[in-house]
Amino acid sequence: MTECRPKLAVMKFASCDGCQLTLLDMEDELLTIARAVQISHFAEASSSLAPGPYDLTLVEGSITTREDRQRLTQLREDSKYLVTIGACATSGGVQALRNFGSHDEFMRGVYARPDYIETLATSTPIAAHVKVDFELRGCPVDKHQLLEVIASLLAGHRPKTSTESVCQACKRRGNVCVVVAQDMPCLGPVTQAGCGAICPAYDRGCYGCFGPTRQPNPKSLSDHLLRQRLGEVECAMLLHGINAYAPEFATEGQRLWELAGVPKPLHASLHSDEEGAQE
Amino acid sequence: MTATPEQLTIAAKSLWLDKKEFQSFLNVLREGGYQIIGPRIEQGAIVYGPVDRVEDFPLGWTDEQAPGLYRLKKRDDDALFGYAVGPHSWKRFLFPPQLDMMRSKKVGAGWDMEPVPVETVKYAFLGVRACELSAIEVQDRVFLNSTFPDEYYQQRRRDSLIIAVNCTMAAATCFCTSMDSGPRCRTGYDLALTELIDGYVVEVGSVQGATLIERLALPTVAAVQEERAEVARRQAVEQIQRVLDREHVQSTLKQRLNHVHWDDVAARCLSCANCTMVCPTCFCSSVEDVTMLVDQEVVRQRRWDSCFNFDFSHVSGGPVRDQTRSRYRQWLTHKLTTWVDQFGTSGCVGCGRCITWCPVGIDLTKESVILCSEAGLDKPQDSPL
Ligand code: SF4
Ligand code: SF4
Ligand code: SF4
Repeated sequence: MTECRPKLAVMKFASCDGCQLTLLDMEDELLTIARAVQISHFAEASSSLAPGPYDLTLVEGSITTREDRQRLTQLREDSKYLVTIGACATSGGVQALRNFGSHDEFMRGVYARPDYIETLATSTPIAAHVKVDFELRGCPVDKHQLLEVIASLLAGHRPKTSTESVCQACKRRGNVCVVVAQDMPCLGPVTQAGCGAICPAYDRGCYGCFGPTRQPNPKSLSDHLLRQRLGEVECAMLLHGINAYAPEFATEGQRLWELAGVPKPLHASLHSDEEGAQE
Repeated sequence: MTATPEQLTIAAKSLWLDKKEFQSFLNVLREGGYQIIGPRIEQGAIVYGPVDRVEDFPLGWTDEQAPGLYRLKKRDDDALFGYAVGPHSWKRFLFPPQLDMMRSKKVGAGWDMEPVPVETVKYAFLGVRACELSAIEVQDRVFLNSTFPDEYYQQRRRDSLIIAVNCTMAAATCFCTSMDSGPRCRTGYDLALTELIDGYVVEVGSVQGATLIERLALPTVAAVQEERAEVARRQAVEQIQRVLDREHVQSTLKQRLNHVHWDDVAARCLSCANCTMVCPTCFCSSVEDVTMLVDQEVVRQRRWDSCFNFDFSHVSGGPVRDQTRSRYRQWLTHKLTTWVDQFGTSGCVGCGRCITWCPVGIDLTKESVILCSEAGLDKPQDSPL
């Protein structure tokens, strides 16, 4: 069969594979995707791995080693569209917590022989290194949004993913606000929707998996949570979670750590590229 | 809904529904083909959902409210309607949060488009407060009495029954007395109840209401019950502490577009849109075509939208209101002033939901006082975006 279907690649850097699993989990749609595109490289799904160029590359994971950085540069050259999927690829992921700590200390704490390990001192998002055509948020990404991205890019238009807050999804769903009715800390008001407000539906505050909204106001939210007697450390940890290195969460989290008397300076400046990712 | 002479006779006299008969009342509604939507407890609040039996109701519960705070509390009686208003409003049912409007399927080289038919449902809304009757009337102006009536809203509104409840208590966030919208139910209901410890005074407001209640053959209310009901209703009026100087705000706020206090609110506002979602009069929605990869199908979906969204005012070149300051200002000036120019009525009915359900407790009655003051008006007027 001669191939004229667009070539899809799914690539992984430092990550847990959860976002790729979202793609694999689409039992009903996967066959349709497979009919619409040629899946050239998807190690999680098949061992036949075709080299580039690719029409659409979905990138999971953050950059944490020198080799990955080189691999990414090549991948960008090989890809027509490069889309990041998930919090790791888009903001550095939970592993970006090391950007606020001592890399050496972590290495000594975790590995018996840290001298065998070669990594960068930081975990940085893909966009800190190469041009990204679209960033899909989430930890993990949402199946419907992922489909929207694939379908839109194949059809040649910009994916429609809302930048509204989680609160709106909460209200549409009919959830009762856990902050107002139960005094629970929740990142919903400063977090972009996408998950369908799952956590508040089960009496949990939002963990901020989809990262900051456009023009978020995390300071007002944490001031409120502090007034509700949440400790500074708890509040700081809430912001420095899955999307710790997303600029707005990073800055507000640092302000709170500072208030708690545990300053957490960054190794790397928030937006810089190679300089920031020092060894 | 004009009544015939003999039905008006029924309507003129209030009836007495004994507390023990309340289940029979629910049964009559059900037998009338209505799906009853009323108060029930979920996730620590009194919300609106399907109710069938007395036990479904928030028996003996009340709510305590403050800016950014809501708590359920036990009452010392077993009232069914002994609370104010919660996070839900009836707009969930008349103007649903999300609605599929049209499906398109790719057929050959073209598209087959089919509107999603309006599914007919007969709701009996049970426990509608005076401010909520006003809110429904405000939305009627938008969805019924406009150039483009909303079919879905039309059907729900036409076939639904409204059973109002006169408040006998108020929350600290209520200010219907300022907005001339309560707490006494005046029009817009089929039946209106005033709850007393042993039963309900029932007022009949329409033919449908009269026809239904007739089946219970209720006695006419005794004068002493009428008096007790009046005392109970007065209690709500007396409990209302919050005020908004409606006319002053209406005439002044538009002259305050450059007040420094807008920056102060913007420093606190999360632009999260909770206030617009819980507001019973807010009517904004957006329509989007959602692509389904499977079967090459496209679904046109309507969803509640909000002026607090960054993309809401997006036009070619970017969003018109690109800061929280301008978004909050748009919301408040529309609610309290330009709504009057547009629809001939205020966009606020004083239910207090936006105050309670704002996660950081921003209170429009407080903010509007400061915004209407002369102090802080040191910049020249700019464009009213
Ligand atoms: S529970 Fe969280 S996400 Fe939901 S409305 Fe409240 S603050 Fe917003
Ligand atoms: S603006 Fe606030 S108080 Fe007024 S009707 Fe809307 S939610 Fe109720
Ligand atoms: S006023 Fe309150 S509820 Fe409304 S957008 Fe601002 S923070 Fe959210």
